[in-house]
Amino acid sequence: MSQPDLIIHDEKDNVGVVVIEKTKKGQNCSAWIMENDKTVKVSSTNEVPLGHKIALKDLKEGDTILKYGHDIGKVVKSIKKGEHVHVHNVKTKKW
Amino acid sequence: MEIPKSFLGYKRENGRAGTRNHVIILPVDDISNACAEAVANNIKGTIALPHSYGRLQFGADLELHFRTMIGTGKNPNVAAVIVIGIEPKWTKRIVDEIAKTGKPVEGFHIERTGDIGTIMKASKKAQEYSQWASEKQREECPLSDLWISVKCGESDTTSGLASNPTVGNLMEKLEPFGVHLCFGETSELTGAETVCSARGATQEAKDKFMKTWTSYNDFILKEATDDLSESQPTAGNIAGGLTTIEEKAFGNFQKIGNLKFIDVLEPAEEPKKGKGLYFMDTSSAAAECVTLQAAGGFNIHLFPTGQGNIIGNPIEPVVKLTANPLTAKLMKEHVDCDVSKILSREMNLSQAGDELIKTMLRVANGRLTCAEALGHKEFVMTKLYRSA
Repeated sequence: MSQPDLIIHDEKDNVGVVVIEKTKKGQNCSAWIMENDKTVKVSSTNEVPLGHKIALKDLKEGDTILKYGHDIGKVVKSIKKGEHVHVHNVKTKKW
Repeated sequence: MEIPKSFLGYKRENGRAGTRNHVIILPVDDISNACAEAVANNIKGTIALPHSYGRLQFGADLELHFRTMIGTGKNPNVAAVIVIGIEPKWTKRIVDEIAKTGKPVEGFHIERTGDIGTIMKASKKAQEYSQWASEKQREECPLSDLWISVKCGESDTTSGLASNPTVGNLMEKLEPFGVHLCFGETSELTGAETVCSARGATQEAKDKFMKTWTSYNDFILKEATDDLSESQPTAGNIAGGLTTIEEKAFGNFQKIGNLKFIDVLEPAEEPKKGKGLYFMDTSSAAAECVTLQAAGGFNIHLFPTGQGNIIGNPIEPVVKLTANPLTAKLMKEHVDCDVSKILSREMNLSQAGDELIKTMLRVANGRLTCAEALGHKEFVMTKLYRSA
């Protein structure tokens, strides 16, 4: 049970959360899926700090971000697998 | 871990038990703060609870003001109360309700006497109460005497990953012991409202939750300008990686574990359906929320934080936990329970839940929280609308 670089809440999620101080550009990150205890790999495109999200697949404008297996917002600028996901490319559907 | 069946608390006249033994000087209104603070300054072992409101309020807003004042006085963490207001009528209304608990309470009004005379009279009574309360001893109380409220703040993604689920784990383990539990933060369930509503134990509870959330959300939509940037999520939330209110809401929701809530409470309303989990309609601002929960009768609070919220409350001890390793390191003096090892998988959720139970019981037994040691006593009234 080694220390993961990312944690993913649910198998359905398309983002994972960085749980180390920051990822390095091009780092091959190990991502632990809490729900089913599997580990997957994803390469981090940028430096991403602790607590921030990385895309687990390519996402296009209008796609839904899934975390906890639930809808947490919409993509407003296309995102490539491994890229930083945050307020610059995702917005709420609520307010 | 075998969970202890009891804690050491202060037994009160009405059968409840406190984790603290405060003598409070409660101003009815803003202009009585000076008097209340002078009394607390004169008499050691008392604490004044100054606040900003209590004049010209009306309707539901005034009722909430009274409920908060009265509930604060009735809280079992309070041994005795001095109430000071400008006028006799509202002062008496608060005194009469607190008196129903059987605890010592006396009211003083300032009109026709002035500050100095009122301070003298109230100080004499406060001295009597302080010395009387100082002889109270902690006694063994069943775990069911704990009324535990929860609220998270300055959250980040580590809150939803680890510190909030730790609180959820504690709830799942302690619910069978007959404790009262309370979560709130109506606006910060936005995005998770349907999932949360489904956790109502009855159709009535589900409908009541949805009605409460919708009314709060309609108000936000009505008052919102072009967006809510840096309010929801806050700048701190965003720095910590939270992108949207929905993401924040699902993280927040982890605090109740797999439990169902049995009823929906008005702000500062005391639960009336016995043991179990309640949802209270509250602001999502930390100090407002904890003040309302304390007024609802809750006697110990669990507060998970990501980026490092530092809140405390004058009467309800606030136990802080974090799973953010940077916060645990850089703001150590604010963290009662560090569960950051969950992220490195050196600790699992059940172990973290056990750690939190142990920390909470030490605090229930008398250990000062970080917030208490640092002097945090944020008492913040919720005001619903403008005064008449």
